Amino acid sequence: MGEVKVLQTGESGFATTRFDALLAWARKYSLFQYPFATACCGMEFFSVASSRYDIARFGAEAPRFSPRQADLLWVVGTIVQRQAPILKRIYDQMTDPKWVIAFGTCASCGGFYDNYTTVPGIDKLIPVDIYIPGCPPRPEAVFDGLILLQEKISNGNREPLVVPPRELPQLTQLRKKEPA
Amino acid sequence: MSQRVLTRLRDEFGDRILETTDFRGDEVAIVAPADWVEVAAFVKRDPECMMNHFTDITAADYPEREPEQPRFDLVVCVRSMLHRHRIRLKTRLADGETVATLGPVWAGASWGEREVYDMFGITFEGHPDLRRILLYEEFVGYPLRKDYPIDRTQPLVPYREDGLVGSKLPPFGQDEGQPWTRINWQARLRGEDQQVSPAIALQQGQRKALSETSAHETGAEIEE
Repeated sequence: MGEVKVLQTGESGFATTRFDALLAWARKYSLFQYPFATACCGMEFFSVASSRYDIARFGAEAPRFSPRQADLLWVVGTIVQRQAPILKRIYDQMTDPKWVIAFGTCASCGGFYDNYTTVPGIDKLIPVDIYIPGCPPRPEAVFDGLILLQEKISNGNREPLVVPPRELPQLTQLRKKEPA
Repeated sequence: MSQRVLTRLRDEFGDRILETTDFRGDEVAIVAPADWVEVAAFVKRDPECMMNHFTDITAADYPEREPEQPRFDLVVCVRSMLHRHRIRLKTRLADGETVATLGPVWAGASWGEREVYDMFGITFEGHPDLRRILLYEEFVGYPLRKDYPIDRTQPLVPYREDGLVGSKLPPFGQDEGQPWTRINWQARLRGEDQQVSPAIALQQGQRKALSETSAHETGAEIEE
């Protein structure tokens, strides 16, 4: 939370910080999200949002289906040219401060759709804060993206960032070894 | 499988069935556009055919057939739930030629005909509401025609001008997406460019990996 000074006098004490740092700290743990789910990545978003992976642990629990009440726009899935005005309108209706996450390859760059119908990445329409590559991304990648966004919020950084791939884990054995 | 439908059609219509083919159990009958609705109504109502399940209506574009033959094949696939057989009816249409709607025969056909109109620009006479169904009204041209440019997009919302847009770094570089649509097909047909996709070209040593390619070559601007 920025620079925090703790002053302890006897049994009670108080802490001082900057107001914008306090505000950023409050914002990054109370993200109200608008899930704009249009395609198969939506399934992965449900998985992240529900109990097994549980995005609520990161302070991004409450989905809001009114853009007026949301401050984080998840664009989950392919955006076609016909949907572009809708997405733009949703983004314009959100109140500041607002952040955008491009969830999955299609939202990030159009994915394997390179044709007359698909918008090649939602950054052609609206500014994006975090790109999460993957088709669909693993829940871990989504959490990496969310944590990256929270870091951005606390730094006040608006530069677009891409979630880096995780290190390859040791290859795990798929089958049980045959008994000798 | 549906040979008896073809036999029935040939018995009933004779020379008006222009051609019949059968490939591994897929029976096809080709008719003239003028006979389109009549043949369709026959296969639906005839007790031996009873094609009561409309499956799909679609089209295919063969511009290389012109000018000897019309370029479009209009295809309707129907099935009989009673006799458990299916048949495909085709008719050949030139650009701008119209054909009567199958809506009165199978009501569901009017949806498929809107899609055919949307994608190929084939117009159906007597259709109650022939509008675009998947694309937007502002769209110019018909995208599944072979002469529609493969890289032509028609954005409804003008694209933003942003330094990042258009010069994204990996993992959103040239190896992602559908690279075979960005092949120079003219050169490939002349035998000059055998590249299938950037990833395969990488394996075959025809192209350097992104990590070895300088920012200048990829057109991406890497900011330190």
